Amino acid sequence: MNSMTTLTSQWLPICTVDNLIPNSGIVALLNGESVAIFWLPHAETKLYALSHLDPFSGAEVIGHGLICESKGRWSVASPVYKQHFDLETGQCLESDEIKLTCYPVRIHNNWVELQNTQAKSQLAHIQSKDTL
Amino acid sequence: MKKQCVVIGNGMVGHHFAEKFLESSMLNEYDLIILGAESCRAYDRVHLSEYFDNADPKHLQLGDEQFYSEQGITLRLAEPVTHIDRDHQRVITEQGEYPYDKLVIATGSYPFVPPIPGRDQAHCLVYRTLDDLDAIQASANEGKVGVVVGGGLLGLEAAHALTKLGLDAHVVEFAPRLMPVQLDAQAGHQLKRKIEALGVKVHTDKATKAIVQGDQHRLKMCFADETSLETDLIVFSAGIRPQDRLAASAGLALGEKGGILVDNHCRTSDPSIYAIGECAVWNHQQFGLVAPGYTMARVAVSHLTGDGEVTFTGADMSTKLKLLGVDVGSIGDAHAVTPDSLTYQYSDELLGIYRKLVISPDGKYLLGAILIGDNSYYDTLLQYTLNAIELPEYPETLILPVTSQTAPTLGVSALPLEATICSCHNVSKGDICEAMNDGAVSLSDLKATTKAATGCGGCSTMVKNVLEYELEKRGIHVDKSLCEHFNYTRQELFHLIKVEEIKTFDQLIERHGQGGGCDICKPATASMLASIWNEHVHEPALVGLQDTNDTFMANMQKNGTYSVVPRIPGGEITPSMLISIGEVGKKYNLYTKITGGQRIDLFGATLDELPLIWEELIAAGFETGHAYGKSLRTVKSCIGDTWCRYGVQDSMSMAIKLENRYKGLRTPHKVKMAVSGCTRECAEAQSKDIGVIATEKGWNLYVCGNGGMKPRHADLFATDLDDETLVKYIDRVLMFYVYTADRLQRTSVWMENLQGGLRYLREVVIEDSLGLGEELESRMQSVVDSYQCEWKTALEDPSKRKRFRSYVNASQPRRATIELIEERGQMIPARNITEEELA
Ligand code: SRM
Ligand SMILES: Cc1cc2nc3c(=O)[nH]c(=O)nc-3n(C[C@H](O)[C@H](O)[C@H](O)COP(=O)(O)OP(=O)(O)OC[C@H]3O[C@@H](n4cnc5c(N)ncnc54)[C@H](O)[C@@H]3O)c2cc1C
Ligand code: SF4
Ligand code: FES
Repeated sequence: MNSMTTLTSQWLPICTVDNLIPNSGIVALLNGESVAIFWLPHAETKLYALSHLDPFSGAEVIGHGLICESKGRWSVASPVYKQHFDLETGQCLESDEIKLTCYPVRIHNNWVELQNTQAKSQLAHIQSKDTL
Repeated sequence: MKKQCVVIGNGMVGHHFAEKFLESSMLNEYDLIILGAESCRAYDRVHLSEYFDNADPKHLQLGDEQFYSEQGITLRLAEPVTHIDRDHQRVITEQGEYPYDKLVIATGSYPFVPPIPGRDQAHCLVYRTLDDLDAIQASANEGKVGVVVGGGLLGLEAAHALTKLGLDAHVVEFAPRLMPVQLDAQAGHQLKRKIEALGVKVHTDKATKAIVQGDQHRLKMCFADETSLETDLIVFSAGIRPQDRLAASAGLALGEKGGILVDNHCRTSDPSIYAIGECAVWNHQQFGLVAPGYTMARVAVSHLTGDGEVTFTGADMSTKLKLLGVDVGSIGDAHAVTPDSLTYQYSDELLGIYRKLVISPDGKYLLGAILIGDNSYYDTLLQYTLNAIELPEYPETLILPVTSQTAPTLGVSALPLEATICSCHNVSKGDICEAMNDGAVSLSDLKATTKAATGCGGCSTMVKNVLEYELEKRGIHVDKSLCEHFNYTRQELFHLIKVEEIKTFDQLIERHGQGGGCDICKPATASMLASIWNEHVHEPALVGLQDTNDTFMANMQKNGTYSVVPRIPGGEITPSMLISIGEVGKKYNLYTKITGGQRIDLFGATLDELPLIWEELIAAGFETGHAYGKSLRTVKSCIGDTWCRYGVQDSMSMAIKLENRYKGLRTPHKVKMAVSGCTRECAEAQSKDIGVIATEKGWNLYVCGNGGMKPRHADLFATDLDDETLVKYIDRVLMFYVYTADRLQRTSVWMENLQGGLRYLREVVIEDSLGLGEELESRMQSVVDSYQCEWKTALEDPSKRKRFRSYVNASQPRRATIELIEERGQMIPARNITEEELA
């Protein structure tokens, strides 16, 4: 159990904060997956990270979508076929079955950091094995 | 064998009769034979004056081309009927004889020319048909001064036309005031002042004694008061007389002052003969408007079918129009002839405004009204009169000026279902509701299904109001606000941005909106800011407002790569520039295609490659083509007189000039143009937002065409323009579109929804009715002056360039995510996404 806790708390520095673009996205590679990171300087939660891969088009584009707000809820619109994804949960607003992976993201010492999710999915794997 | 129904006259009413006849499926029983004296098939006489703006009679023609080729309809033009032989039930023309079972006379009327000695000379003309207008045009070409005899509705319209033909125009009226039929003395006086201020000289109380040869000009008019006036041409517009000659010689009963007498079914004294339109008199009254004529046509068809339930029982003769840019309206009993009727009047001599109400003795109902200077009061007052709606406690509030600048309106909710909304096509509020029950949800749906607002156009505001009210009533929220973040229309926001000099989205939403913005209001704001201030898309405050195409200045393709479209103005390209495009394509392994817009698209570039590709293209002399923007796309051109044996102007140079002028302009939706070197129209200009076609004398300008999903033929806007005027008009049309259109509204849809349509746009642009002309031009000029190739600027600035990285933490894109396969020697995306996956 102890070793697993150390794995989940592993944060990877991605880039310095001056790379962020206000009210828009940048894209990072994390263990072979591409992750879109959005910065909303005026919102309550300022940083969000979601999968960059658009499940509708199969193209890596989510990080280039427009940030939208509706009734206090923030989402990003895919530039290809314009579906919206909740920034908090990754839920597609147009289709119940579709959800983008969300990644923990933070600013630490002037660096944007993503949590090492490979470790996280290992953890999930181990946990499910445990329950078997 | 089928029976024969013969119609004499293919004017507006005769045409309407044919349409209704067809709808009633009477063609199963009858052959329809139509004999017309004019050489052109039925056209819209109401808008006859537009012929001077657009000399192609096609745009005035009624119904579509195929209409008269319908099985069972025979149309014979330029074949006037010379005789009706009632004994043998046949009509006779110079070409032949036509037996009839039923005969319909729709011969209209002819202009009355007062018996003044000298009236038969050359250059003494009338204003009724296309041929008349050709004659006026020809006469005006050599002249300087023109006089209209008669200061009624048509006379003033004719005077307007004369000013447009470049003549010094005069109106000579026998009565002491203008429009004596519709206006009282004070209104007539007010109108005279307004019209004189516009440069038309008005002479009232003038009886013309003789027309003789002039000294300085061709003709000289001598008046009863011993004064005289010299002129080069005279247009008589002293009233109309029913064309009843045939009926008279056939022995049909006529009215006291002429005209063919008809009963409530529009039958003449011979039961097998009907008379409809301006040639008919009912209750000793002639109706010189198109709407009553249309009603008569419907009544006659109904009676022919044996139904006969619809009857003619008189018609409302209220009129509203814009005479030389001055609003004039006359409703019902304008002269207060009803015994004991009461009047209210409001007048403002400074602004040239006059309004009068005539109300019933008990003060409850509106009997009539007169309006000068502002017709926004018209619809409401007309509805009060037509539907006998009880007046408010203080009727004067209906005509007093209101501080908010808008006339009081009678909510359409107050109208009964029987209330006529469109009198031209007899469409009631109930008909509109019914059409909506059957699925109509927009103004264009209603126009198509009910024909409302497709006649004189006077009712279009009303139709729109009913539509919106009814939609709302059905729980369909007709919210005109842009989105949940702004309770304003795009047009209102545009105005706010301009007036308050707003430069960023944050400022706009802070002052006029709420929340955080969305994918509707952000790009719309970006577009408006760009139309007004024209700053680079990568300015930090603007970056978050666009998604990938505008941000990266390239078009995203289905696999996440981008396409690159360099500008190739007019489609003209040197061989060496072609080679450089080829070299770039080859180096970056891009799929290359000639587009439908006469340029070259290079597909399959990654984000990281875009700046590298553009560096090379810019070095070779290319600029961005804005294929990604809601902006000017291409100006398509034919080769014109440079090479073509038929070309009459240099269409290539004009296309390149236009493309270079408007490139970079941000518009509510994309804008396409084309220039053709002659009428063969190889550049397909009539399908473009702005189309230009060369003529012997200059350029014809077409506006608001569209290919794409719902093609729309462009409207001919102005003819034979010189280069300078052409550019001036395009500046104005485009900027006015930028000012007033909805977001993502192409010019075609904008035009369809523009109140007053083409006519209004002409007024704004050509006559500068809103006084906006110079502002529109200078706005355009500032956009032109601030043009930059966005790609060039982006490359020069390292901070902007930094954005073109696929990943912030890796130097290369991953090629593996973009699967490519080879097809016909080029790389294309692997066809791996199935239809189901897409859906
Ligand atoms: C490349 C091209 C097709 C081609 O291979 O030839 C093309 C490609 C696209 N067209 Fe087009 N259109 C192209 C000529 C046309 C034409 C023909 C023309 O311009 O003469 C039309 C009809 C004319 C017209 O617009 O009136 C045309 C009518 C449309 C429409 C329908 C517009 C409408 O009002 O109905 C759309 C959809 C839209 O804009 O909402 C569209 C949208 C698109 C988009 C932007 C769709 C998209 O979002 O991905 C395509 C992307 C272009 C790209 O990635 O570079 N495209 N498109 C042509 C580029 C011309 C150029 O050089 O810029
Ligand atoms: C400049 C102008 C502006 C107008 N503006 C308005 C307006 O704003 N609103 C409005 O309501 N009305 C307006 N009118 C009036 C409107 O045009 C008429 O009310 C309408 O055209 C009447 O239709 P009609 O078919 O009875 O007559 P017409 O349209 O005149 O048609 C009669 C046809 O019969 C033909 N004909 C005559 N004799 C014979 C024969 N012996 N054999 C064969 N054919 C024959 C004629 O050549 C003509 O083509 C305007 C008219 C003009 C001239
Ligand atoms: S439009 Fe006329 S000038 Fe242009 S190519 Fe065609 S035929 Fe020649
Ligand atoms: S009233 Fe003339 S079009 Fe409707």
